[in-house]
Amino acid sequence: MPSTPTTAAEAPPSRVKRGDIRGRQGLAGWLFITPVVLILGLFLVVPVIMAAWVSLSDWTGRGSPFSASVSFVGFENYSGILGGEGLIGRDFGTAIRNNLYYVLLVVPLQTALALFLAVMVNRQILKGRGFFRTAFYFPSVTSSVAITVLWLFLFSATGVINKVLSFFAIEGPNWFQDPRGVLHILFGLVGVDQAPAGLRAPGFLGISGWDWLAGPSVAMSAFVLMAIFTTSGTFMLLFIAALQNISGEVQEAAMVDGATGWQRFWAVTLPMLRPTLFTVLTLGLIGTWQVFDQIYTGTQGGPAKTTLTPAYLSFNAAFVDQQWGVGAAIAFVLFAIIVVLTLLQRWALRERDVPRRRRMVPAGVSAGSSAAAIPGTAAPADEEGEQRR
Amino acid sequence: MKTGHPRRRLAVAITAASMLALTACGGSGFSESAEDGGGEAAATDAPVSVLIGSSGDAETEAVTAAVDSWASESGVEASVIVASDLTQQLSQGFASGEPADVFYLSTDAFAGYAANGSLEPYGEDLANKDDYYPALREAFTYEDQLYCAPKDFSTLGLVINSAKWEEAGLTEEDIPTTWEELADVAEQLTTEETVGLGFSPEFQRLGVFAAQAGGGLITDGEATAASEANVEALNYVKQMMTDGVADYSSNLGAGWGGEAFGKGLAAMVIEGNWIAGAMTNDFPDVEYQVAELPEGPGGKGTLQFTNCWGIAADSDNIEGAKALVEHLTTPESQLAFAEAFGVMPSLQSVAADWSEQYPELEPFIAGGEYAQNLPAQQGAADVLGELNSQLESLESSDPQQILESVQPLVETIATQ
Repeated sequence: MPSTPTTAAEAPPSRVKRGDIRGRQGLAGWLFITPVVLILGLFLVVPVIMAAWVSLSDWTGRGSPFSASVSFVGFENYSGILGGEGLIGRDFGTAIRNNLYYVLLVVPLQTALALFLAVMVNRQILKGRGFFRTAFYFPSVTSSVAITVLWLFLFSATGVINKVLSFFAIEGPNWFQDPRGVLHILFGLVGVDQAPAGLRAPGFLGISGWDWLAGPSVAMSAFVLMAIFTTSGTFMLLFIAALQNISGEVQEAAMVDGATGWQRFWAVTLPMLRPTLFTVLTLGLIGTWQVFDQIYTGTQGGPAKTTLTPAYLSFNAAFVDQQWGVGAAIAFVLFAIIVVLTLLQRWALRERDVPRRRRMVPAGVSAGSSAAAIPGTAAPADEEGEQRR
Repeated sequence: MKTGHPRRRLAVAITAASMLALTACGGSGFSESAEDGGGEAAATDAPVSVLIGSSGDAETEAVTAAVDSWASESGVEASVIVASDLTQQLSQGFASGEPADVFYLSTDAFAGYAANGSLEPYGEDLANKDDYYPALREAFTYEDQLYCAPKDFSTLGLVINSAKWEEAGLTEEDIPTTWEELADVAEQLTTEETVGLGFSPEFQRLGVFAAQAGGGLITDGEATAASEANVEALNYVKQMMTDGVADYSSNLGAGWGGEAFGKGLAAMVIEGNWIAGAMTNDFPDVEYQVAELPEGPGGKGTLQFTNCWGIAADSDNIEGAKALVEHLTTPESQLAFAEAFGVMPSLQSVAADWSEQYPELEPFIAGGEYAQNLPAQQGAADVLGELNSQLESLESSDPQQILESVQPLVETIATQ
């Protein structure tokens, strides 16, 4: 870099001084984040690395997984669960099937219910909004174990739910003991109660096509209802916060344009809630794929393995069967599923209508904002440049 | 440029180094293990911890009293820890290299821990080892070595509701001794709100019929799940269920057989001697009597369940732990436990004393003479789980098919 004499004469002191400040700032910065780095490292990074190693080893749960007696087995544990062979392979397939239906039902329903409740509670005309907000949020602050026990009572063969159903002359099922798939029951109603010939052979993950189509079992459906009941309140809060961020002027403007309430909701409110919607869907997706405590306290995977989930299977393989490698491998496959689905969802919810929104913004504002953006992006580059010097 | 940010690099280095140090701590904490464990140092008086999965206060108190009395005699400190989830806490202990010294060990978990070297095989050193029931010794033998002392055991019997029995006009003479008689009395006992015979939906109960038919999942090391005897047994059960004279406790709206029995949903159930405690606590008003299970085509048969006193190979005080277990398995301790929480002593020489004290439960201990063990090889619990999951829909499926689908799974564990 060619430098003039003046800058050369002035530069050294300022550079030293500057570098000093920067250095001190850097040191302070690192010091400040050290506790978090250490805590995260110790309780997150190290265990994850250990689990990754365990999933590739034949560790039997005694002593250190890094001791000399533990050997590397490559992807044997993974092929065991993903090959659909043997008991563990089929159990894993069943667990994925069960959890898939659980996710497919819980995530959309809880999001829709949460949004509905939020919109209702957020309305100015509703009397006693505070009361409803608390009431809807209440299940979320109760421990999931307590709710599960409550659910077991409500949905027992002679429980309240079946009593209520009997008022309508409906004979309720023995919820938590009923392994029949809901879709199988529906197929049965139209006369298909045996697997058609083409769907009998073991398919993906060792589960036959007919079994993939079973739907959630009656027992799992009770868990689906419970998940919707307990988590809607939490997500309702997120939606309320987002709704209160939407300024009244936007709504007013839409009203001036002659939009009906329904149109305003779909064309104004919902698009503005997109970031929150993404958060809620992502949190819902992660939470539902990891469902464990309800299963552990409620059914332990029964009846007939229809409430078995990968998280519970992982726990069981490790702690009960001493197959620690398999347990860790299931956990990592579950992790991969969640990451892939979250990315997919991000892609699906990406901002597709940016150009159209630009059009709605007055030209001057748009130009101004893009001009303002230039110094903003230039600033860090500038710093970089100075540092490099 | 290279020398521009020495401090920053220093800071990075410090952070990285302390990270590494902490990581190393984490690692070494995790790996204090086999190498320094298994200390044969006989003279140590390191404290002995006892991890139990307790059925309630009575059991906790009885075990604590027995452990305390040993501690004051021997001068070694000993403490009882009640596990909330025994399997999980045991696993955590073994993984950390600091397991409890003495613990309850179920047959399900036994083979896994014996295989990975977590257990101290002390069984052969026991002075009274020949006094244990042979089937119990067999349950805790791994690779021809007796690993641990059977703590106590339970067998299944036929528990009969006396009031309902009389209501149906039945007498002492009618207590069933064959399958036909059992189906017969079950039919007579079945009323609008009571089913004749109830049992939990699992092979841990239905297996008695397989035993009575002369079957079993594993016979002499061979997988025999799909044997004709087993098919016959399940067909018999299915027949009773389709006739409406027998049903699963879950279908009756009860958590287990004892609950169905206590609530009067079933007039007879197949349950173990633990039902005595449950009846006293939860249903003190229900009068009942216990009978041996009927004979099937293959003679008498029942199942037994047991636990042993495991000792960890990584224990700091193995000699002390052994002495404690010897104390806990003496006839006196076993009778005290029997009195406190209704278990049956694992020593044959104590059986007579026990029957004298509990004449009404005598059929249970009589079952010890011919009781079968369920498979307990590594992975057996999962195979039983798979079988149980299919048995839940026994009424609507073909027993032959169920057993044939389980046969290959049983083969994989039988060869161990």
